Amino acid sequence: MNDQARAASGPAGALGWGLAPWLSVLALALAWEGVARSGMVTPFMLPPLSVVLERIGADAAAGELLRNLGLTLYRALAGFLIAAGAGIVLGVAIARNRVLRWFFDPIISVGFPMPKIAFLPIVILWLGLYDVSKISMIVFDAIFPVVTATVAGTMAVEKELLWSARNLGAGERELLWEIVLPAALPQILTGLQVALPIALIVGIVTEMRMGGAGLGAAMMTASRFADSPGVFAGIVEIALAGYCLVKGMAALRRRLLLWHQEALAPTTA
Amino acid sequence: MKRALVRYSPLLLLALAWEAATRLGFVSTLALPPLSDVLRAWGGLLAGGDLWINGAASLYRAGAGLALSIVVGGALGVAMAWWRPVNVLLGPLVEMFYPMPKSALIPVTALWLGFGDGSKILLIFLGCMLPVTLGAFNGARSSDQALVWSARSMGASRLRTLWDVVVPSALPELLNGIRTALALSFVLLVSSELIAARTGLGYLIGFLGEGGVYDAMFAVVLTVALLGFVADRVYQRLMRRVLQWRE
Repeated sequence: MNDQARAASGPAGALGWGLAPWLSVLALALAWEGVARSGMVTPFMLPPLSVVLERIGADAAAGELLRNLGLTLYRALAGFLIAAGAGIVLGVAIARNRVLRWFFDPIISVGFPMPKIAFLPIVILWLGLYDVSKISMIVFDAIFPVVTATVAGTMAVEKELLWSARNLGAGERELLWEIVLPAALPQILTGLQVALPIALIVGIVTEMRMGGAGLGAAMMTASRFADSPGVFAGIVEIALAGYCLVKGMAALRRRLLLWHQEALAPTTA
Repeated sequence: MKRALVRYSPLLLLALAWEAATRLGFVSTLALPPLSDVLRAWGGLLAGGDLWINGAASLYRAGAGLALSIVVGGALGVAMAWWRPVNVLLGPLVEMFYPMPKSALIPVTALWLGFGDGSKILLIFLGCMLPVTLGAFNGARSSDQALVWSARSMGASRLRTLWDVVVPSALPELLNGIRTALALSFVLLVSSELIAARTGLGYLIGFLGEGGVYDAMFAVVLTVALLGFVADRVYQRLMRRVLQWRE
């Protein structure tokens, strides 16, 4: 959205529009601090931003932040990577095999819109309270968008591409790696971009429900002790982690799709 | 009917496998109660009223939160596309908060509004607003400039143009954004009820699980899953009906 404005208004304007996003973030931070200090709300309801930042600093100095952040990211990313790997394999298999398609199609179309987080107590019953059950819950939730995107992407590969590759003597294995997967990559990446935030959301819910450290569990502990700076520190930390992961994934997409025509199209990101 | 039966036969197979595996003792009935027991427990929950009371509480929360997010989020998105200063001001904030894992808000809304309906409605409103905003924004921004110009040159006021040209052309993307929000509302509802509530279907699942009444717990889990699925199907049908004029 800013690109056109930048082109239209020259270098001086470009600087102005470049700064604008930071101004509104700064305004929000100042508004938070101002409202919290004005006495309109109690510090329990909304602790001042400076207090929250101090708290984050103290957590970081004590090593708590790194430990909790590490655990949350480990669970979310482990679940995400398993869901990505298994989802792509399953998706390609479903797209290429009619029996598998017959079997999985109704399961996926019913399972995708279901709130799978409702199965959390069942997962706890089967797998206990530790990392295995947390990661399993994340995989269960994050795999659906990967599978559907992979199936759609693989099925949409142009027949002419496959025919000409076969004509040139490509084997099935080459066909998969050289033609099908690259051609389906944009859609697969879109599926992964949907799955990543889901992995984080579910990871945090599992930590809130089952404990076992991590950012979600730390927030829940703070909430139980009515320690509101701790709760808000958790929100800021989780928001930052989510922002970095999502932006990182978008950067990875740009890097992987440099050859694709979408890299030439104007983007808003 | 017959086609649906063939299409969904794998689900029937799974149900049969579930019943058989538990009846034949392949898996412990403590870990997986037989499907028939689950259905019987479901009947009991229906007759006893537990499912109705908690279901009504849950649907009220999800409905109220979602309705708020659609109204506020939709208005915000259209405003961002229509008035540049609004976009300059709010665009970066939307971009900053959009990737935030919404479940992080559960303890805060509980801190502000307690364990009742208010905290769930606020959570669902806040969590579902941004997908709607983004859908409305993308839709309204891509509305055909020529249509806007011709409406203006034929004497339509700015507001009239907004309502008659921009909003309808934003509709497909807006409706897609609402579909994302609908799915998200169920996730946030169940999560928050599992974590901090004293009524609702999510609370009932957690309560039954902690009490070891697993057949009833499975019954409620399946009910919630079915509700989410049915809501999405009904919404999709509605969406097609609303967008019929485009064909």
